[in-house]
Amino acid sequence: MRNSYPAWLYTLVVVVILGAGLYALPNLFPEDPSVQVGNPTTGEIDANIRELMGTILGAQGVTPMQVEEQDDGQLLLRFETTDDQARAAEILRNALDSNHTVALNLAPATPNWLRAINGQPMALGLDLRGGVHFLMEVDLEAVIGTAMERYANELRGRMRDERMEFDTVERSSSDLTVMFASDASREAAEQWLTREYRGELEWEMRGSGDTSRMVATLEDDHLTDLRRQALQQNISTLRSRVDELGVAEPIIAQQGENRIVVQLPGVQDTARAKEVLGATATLEFRLVSESGDPSEADATGRAPSGTRLYHERDGTPVLLQRQVMLTGEYITDASSGIAQDTGGPAVFINLDGQGARIFSRVTSDNVGRLMASVFIETTTETVEEDGEQVMRTSRSEEVINVARINEPLGRRFQISGLDSTREARNLALLLRAGALAAPMSIVEERTVGPSLGQENIDRGMQSVVIGFIAVMIFMVLYYRVFGLFANLALALNLVFIVAVLSMLQATLTLPGIAGIVLTVGMAVDANVLIFERIREELRNGLSPQAAIASGYDRAFTTIADANVTTLIAALVLFLFGTGPIKGFAITLSIGIIASMFTAIIVTRAIVNLTYGRQRRLTRLAI
Amino acid sequence: MLPHLNFADSNIDFLGKRKITIVISLILILTSIAMLATRGLNFGIDFTGGTLVEVGYPEAVELDPIREALADGGFSGAQVQTFGTSRDVLIRLPPTEDDDDAALLSNRVLNTLRDGGPDDPDLRRVEFVGPAVGEELREQGGLAMIYALAGILIYVAVRFEWRFSIGSVLALIHDVVITLGIFSLLQLEFDLGVLAAVLAVIGYSLNDTIVVYDRIRENFRIQRKKGTEAVMNHAVNKTLARTIVTSTTTLLVLFALLFLGGAALQNFSIALIIGVIVGTYSSIFIAATAALMLGVDRQVLLPVKKEGAEEDLTP
Repeated sequence: MRNSYPAWLYTLVVVVILGAGLYALPNLFPEDPSVQVGNPTTGEIDANIRELMGTILGAQGVTPMQVEEQDDGQLLLRFETTDDQARAAEILRNALDSNHTVALNLAPATPNWLRAINGQPMALGLDLRGGVHFLMEVDLEAVIGTAMERYANELRGRMRDERMEFDTVERSSSDLTVMFASDASREAAEQWLTREYRGELEWEMRGSGDTSRMVATLEDDHLTDLRRQALQQNISTLRSRVDELGVAEPIIAQQGENRIVVQLPGVQDTARAKEVLGATATLEFRLVSESGDPSEADATGRAPSGTRLYHERDGTPVLLQRQVMLTGEYITDASSGIAQDTGGPAVFINLDGQGARIFSRVTSDNVGRLMASVFIETTTETVEEDGEQVMRTSRSEEVINVARINEPLGRRFQISGLDSTREARNLALLLRAGALAAPMSIVEERTVGPSLGQENIDRGMQSVVIGFIAVMIFMVLYYRVFGLFANLALALNLVFIVAVLSMLQATLTLPGIAGIVLTVGMAVDANVLIFERIREELRNGLSPQAAIASGYDRAFTTIADANVTTLIAALVLFLFGTGPIKGFAITLSIGIIASMFTAIIVTRAIVNLTYGRQRRLTRLAI
Repeated sequence: MLPHLNFADSNIDFLGKRKITIVISLILILTSIAMLATRGLNFGIDFTGGTLVEVGYPEAVELDPIREALADGGFSGAQVQTFGTSRDVLIRLPPTEDDDDAALLSNRVLNTLRDGGPDDPDLRRVEFVGPAVGEELREQGGLAMIYALAGILIYVAVRFEWRFSIGSVLALIHDVVITLGIFSLLQLEFDLGVLAAVLAVIGYSLNDTIVVYDRIRENFRIQRKKGTEAVMNHAVNKTLARTIVTSTTTLLVLFALLFLGGAALQNFSIALIIGVIVGTYSSIFIAATAALMLGVDRQVLLPVKKEGAEEDLTP
């Protein structure tokens, strides 16, 4: 009897091994310290800017080794040393305007021919490369209140335009009420209200006579839409803020119904990150009330009805109308510059189509009157309270500029009255980064410093290597030549895990490395089962060739059953686990599946090639 | 060369000693349950919520000045301990009520240590878990274990028979409860990593049990004349070498992980080491015993073919 595989199976084994080796290869190349330059607004770097960067860097003696344009339009500048990288980033940050982002990155030095076949090194998790992971929870209930406020404002205007009789429109955090003076005026309005707000608001009649009113709540489908939009808006806002922070390869993604994951590799200054992610700033435009007396209101603390008391930056009180002309949500772009008329710092604002229509209508109705720009900022700060340092979120509203409306304003206009160019830049940044549609708070943070990240890699690799060597020594001592076969399979198994992780671009984490270590221990199980079976068959008096064939055959179902059950556990881990646990589940699963191939098919191929053709094989070194 | 573990002629009467092993297992399980009920698990912040800050000092530091600095900074509830080496210090803070402040706690702790502590520390790691997230993770962790057990129950029932599937799940519960019991006894911290380890123990221990059951099934087919107990004993004996060898290689890598993997993987490795040892014991002594006591015999596994079944195949 002989043991041999058909030629195609040997070929398959060789092809699979070579393929795995090829895709594991990118991990052997080092990483270049590099600087990534992007322009989130246009999505690409202008040729002029490119040239400018080259000149400036050349003049300072930090010429990049290589400049590449990436798929997303960003430029990648590779440097020889991390010192050059840091200096170049510093130079570029000062030289480029605020539309450009500059981020530090470690770019893999994968050769082009490998990249051409999509060969990439494994992605390292934050626990290995250092960085911040935030889980932010969005308060979607607040969406209802915001929507109600918007509807209330809109209804007042529209019902007046339609010449309907009503007393007031009031809103709470969950509904809004239109009060009527009589049943008759309610009846007159009812049909219009239900028709105009079909699919958005659900109306209900309550009371009668002078308590006659209609109460509206949001329709379920509409509410679902609003929530989805709010979450999407928050995600895109976070994205633009992260762009401003200058982080290479950030991850911002929805998790579950109302949470957003933000991962910022390499970020160390978590306080600054929290400040930027959590800060909200927006502008509101209101008419200045010309009837009341601001200083009297300031003294008594009571503003005349229909107005609100604000202060200018120098403390001057000013009365503004309660009704907002335009809120900041229509702002699409903002940039800083010099005001044409005064020569002082200014912010140029662009509105979207709807905002431009609203703004041109309200400004043309009020030409000649005074309009105030109110800057609203929500920040977190440390305050002293009962001798303890307490963090508080506070909302400040101040009038940054009062100007007469000389002509109707449209899509693009400027705001002056800012203290410094720096302030103008900051305001432009915050306006550009947009407003949050609903408040958010950080509910989970995991930060790993760079030293710990490197230590985790080193320790993880050390455990893999030492565990691997220990198992190899044991296997050779115990199974001799067959132990060598198993070790070869084990080494291949590691190559497979690395290759599959690289191909899937799955993230390798510290628990992931633990999964690899565990796989090293468990992957030999299939070979142990086979070898023990071969020994048993030999003892039962079978010839070596027959014992090999029978050993492999009979161990197969056992191996399959045992591995499927382990895979079930790994699958559950993957489905339920969060980030790091998922990494463990992935490497464990890949390792188990790969071990089925390496321990069964590959070792059999080697055994066949070694012993399969010997007609007079009398004993096996097992 | 290592001497071969040769159990070819061994015929250890594992099942005959089942009274002793059952008593041992029952004592271990009851003690573990008593431990879990009285001392409970020392849940990490993954499950309780709270803040954890790990800082590294350039040289070994005393903990008392750090404690004082933190107390002066208003962190009276802070727990301070070294982590791994005497240069690395771990600070734990209980969850706070106010959501807005909680996320910023870690930055304040760091500032306090930089201002008033003994030396200028490096930030190594921050973990902050909101109380709601912690509760969810606890819930999901429990669910994950139940789903893993259910999935295995179904697979084994399909591939073998329901008595085997109950037997294997009993062996799994045995392993998991004892592992948790030891964690409770030693008050080792139970975090997400340890939960992953416990789920991996479920996978590993099952692997062992299935190998034994597979051999039992095969033996029933081949050894037509032997009694149920003898068949099972033979299966356990025949798989004994494999069980011990695989456990040895797995323990080799786990000890490598325990000693070289650093403090972050310490409890993870301990959970797996306990689980592998208990799992090995249970697949030798408990799995077959459970199957026997649940009434597994030749009839159950190899039902007599119905008359006429063969005729159906040839129309």
